[in-house]
Amino acid sequence: MVDMMSAQQNRIHPYKFNLWLGLAGIIMMFAGLTSAYIVKRSQPGWESFTLPMVFVFSTLMIIVSSVTIQMALKAFRAHRMERYRLFMALTVFLGVLFIVLQVVGFFRLQEMGMKMVGMGSNPAYSFVLAIAGLHIVHVLGGIVALLIILAKAFSTQKRNYDSVPVEIVTTYWHFVDILWVYIFLFFQLLH
Amino acid sequence: MSNEAAIHPGVISHGFQEHQEAHHHHESFITKYIFSQDHKMIAKQYLITGMVWAFIGGLMSVLFRIQLGYPEATLPWLEDIFGHWAKGGKISPEFYYALVTMHGTILIFFVLTAGLSGTFANFLIPFQVGARDMASPFMNMLSYWFFVLSSIIMLSSLFIQTGPAAGGWTVYPPLSALGDASIGSKTGMDLWLISMALFVVSQLLAGLNYVSTILNMRTKGMTMTRLPLTVWGLFFTAILGLLSFPVLLSGFILLLFDRHLGTSFYLSDIVIAGKILPNEGGSSILYQHLFWFLGHPEVYIIILPTMGIVSEIMSINSRKPIFGYTAMVASLFAIAVLSFLVWAHHMFVTGMNPFLGSVFVLLTLLIAVPSSIKVFNWLTTLWRGNIRFTVGMLFSIGFVSNFISGGLTGIWVGNSTIDIHVHDTYFNIAHFHIVMGVSAFMGMFAGVYHWFPKMYGRYMNNTMGYIHFWVTLVCAYVIFWPMHYEGLAGMPRRYYDYSTWESFKQFVELNRVISFAAFVSFMAQILFLFNFFYSIFKGRKVTTKNPWGATTLEWTTPIRPGHGNWPGEIPEVHRWPYDYGKDGVDFISQTEPVSKNESGGH
Repeated sequence: MVDMMSAQQNRIHPYKFNLWLGLAGIIMMFAGLTSAYIVKRSQPGWESFTLPMVFVFSTLMIIVSSVTIQMALKAFRAHRMERYRLFMALTVFLGVLFIVLQVVGFFRLQEMGMKMVGMGSNPAYSFVLAIAGLHIVHVLGGIVALLIILAKAFSTQKRNYDSVPVEIVTTYWHFVDILWVYIFLFFQLLH
Repeated sequence: MSNEAAIHPGVISHGFQEHQEAHHHHESFITKYIFSQDHKMIAKQYLITGMVWAFIGGLMSVLFRIQLGYPEATLPWLEDIFGHWAKGGKISPEFYYALVTMHGTILIFFVLTAGLSGTFANFLIPFQVGARDMASPFMNMLSYWFFVLSSIIMLSSLFIQTGPAAGGWTVYPPLSALGDASIGSKTGMDLWLISMALFVVSQLLAGLNYVSTILNMRTKGMTMTRLPLTVWGLFFTAILGLLSFPVLLSGFILLLFDRHLGTSFYLSDIVIAGKILPNEGGSSILYQHLFWFLGHPEVYIIILPTMGIVSEIMSINSRKPIFGYTAMVASLFAIAVLSFLVWAHHMFVTGMNPFLGSVFVLLTLLIAVPSSIKVFNWLTTLWRGNIRFTVGMLFSIGFVSNFISGGLTGIWVGNSTIDIHVHDTYFNIAHFHIVMGVSAFMGMFAGVYHWFPKMYGRYMNNTMGYIHFWVTLVCAYVIFWPMHYEGLAGMPRRYYDYSTWESFKQFVELNRVISFAAFVSFMAQILFLFNFFYSIFKGRKVTTKNPWGATTLEWTTPIRPGHGNWPGEIPEVHRWPYDYGKDGVDFISQTEPVSKNESGGH
């Protein structure tokens, strides 16, 4: 039994592996959407657009949140729980701010006359809403996960130094960050 | 992480046995039978849920076969049961369309995807790789309950006023995108989409667990090349699902946008009942690309698990090693890769550039190579074997028979020149029903009969099993063989009444024969269901650990294994799983160390 466990020690934690596989699935979904976008772009009736500035700010927010969550993970590994809680809470805040800015961005698009839904909408803008909206759903999932481990960090009943959940959430958070940067650049380059 | 930690997070126990017994004491009815995290129980849950769906989906085919076989008849009892859907004892055209749509959806997704790989991946992967449970038993349970939720929503759509989704199981827009277009595009379509979205979530949770378990939880000595072919088949299935289902989901999300937010992803220049719709700039072909990017891997998601199951059962019951193990794995791999490169062969008639079409023809025909390798290997495994005709073995042979018959017509429809002629005709219906419908069912039945003793500690009744097999096999050919002729004569699918068409009147009697065979075949499946449930309680008891004389690890567990599978330590593996008839020994279990005077090879 001891032999077997040491043999398995070098292997990746199965939960982490599950996460990576899940990310592969999410990548496929966005690959499907962005390739649909590319196909549509080459067809008649496409309207070219530029994203309003607010999306640049939201992009900066989510990039900063990746830094804060990395700091949180570092603090957790060093068992500096005060610092860990602070950076974790900061990450949640930045995540919420990102979502708010995205939604503001959608309204800005609408104000600029780029209709995303309803009569007279153009698929180009609808795609922005569908892809960025679906990304928001994934960020929301990340925020829920962050809140759960944050609640655990504030619980006084149990002390837990198992870093696996924190590592998993961190990886996921970096993923949604990179995913948004990809989508943002995609919209910038192929508008 | 060790397997123990996966089952009991936070607790690493060295004395598993005492720990396991302690675990059993506080297992209530709910944690054991309902919200179970035991892979064996989840497998049984998937199987029985799949059976319920198979019954519903099969019954639907019986109903629409009544219409096709007896278009003139009026059956008052139909009105008694279905009310306004069968006014005057005749199935209404809307009801007919809903029936064929739901028949396809249910059988393809709920039975042959969830019911099939849900059952066997859950049951066999931890057993055969030598693990106490899945990588994440909780996620595994969650996957089943997402499937239940999706099932409930789909089931509820059958009972609403406007009926379930109707528009073919592929739900192509614009029909599916516009609620005003038909009665089957109203609430039923929304429920269909929501149910399928939950289904995709369920399949993703399941699939990543399967892959993770196979790659991370193998016992000592169980290298990838010592995995039984069942596990290889399920492995590629899970990867296909992980990479293709999300794309389907993105297609569905855009469809939901078009339905409810007035977007025009799939819609352009449409007139409904004289009213011009404002939608512009969309393309319904886009949906077809997204759909078939899943849709084609989906048929391999259905057939790969059964290929693994059949390879395993054939080798055991021929008392011979599987012929060409490496070629079997390589061909599974080749099929998995090619399955992502052929989706447009479903779209030859969408006005695709013929040069692009020819590329897809080439890639499609390439699949014939790994498929034939598999068929030859099955046949050579049987060749001069010491065959035991168990029910499971008969169904395995039936699988190969159907796979050959249906696979050969795949070469026809894979050619764009022929496909343009037979597209959306009964030829196509015959092709895919034989190659992935009947074949997959044959493989699934083989698996159920073969692993039933491991599932319930009892055998299924053989006599009923033999009747089930022969009636199913004969009926399958009587149903689908004539459809090839109908299709070549141009008879289109999904039509309500062929007797009103001068060119198809000649097939009225043939349709009646097909319908009759469908009823008989359905009766045989009822017999199977009876046999299954009867045998759970009254079947002949299994008295030895290894009733089939098989080499794989699941047969080294107790007859009725508890959660954790092995009471002591997990056995170590020393050899590949196909040492049958080696050096004159009937079989050598994978746990047997290789002795010095053994001959070479594996």
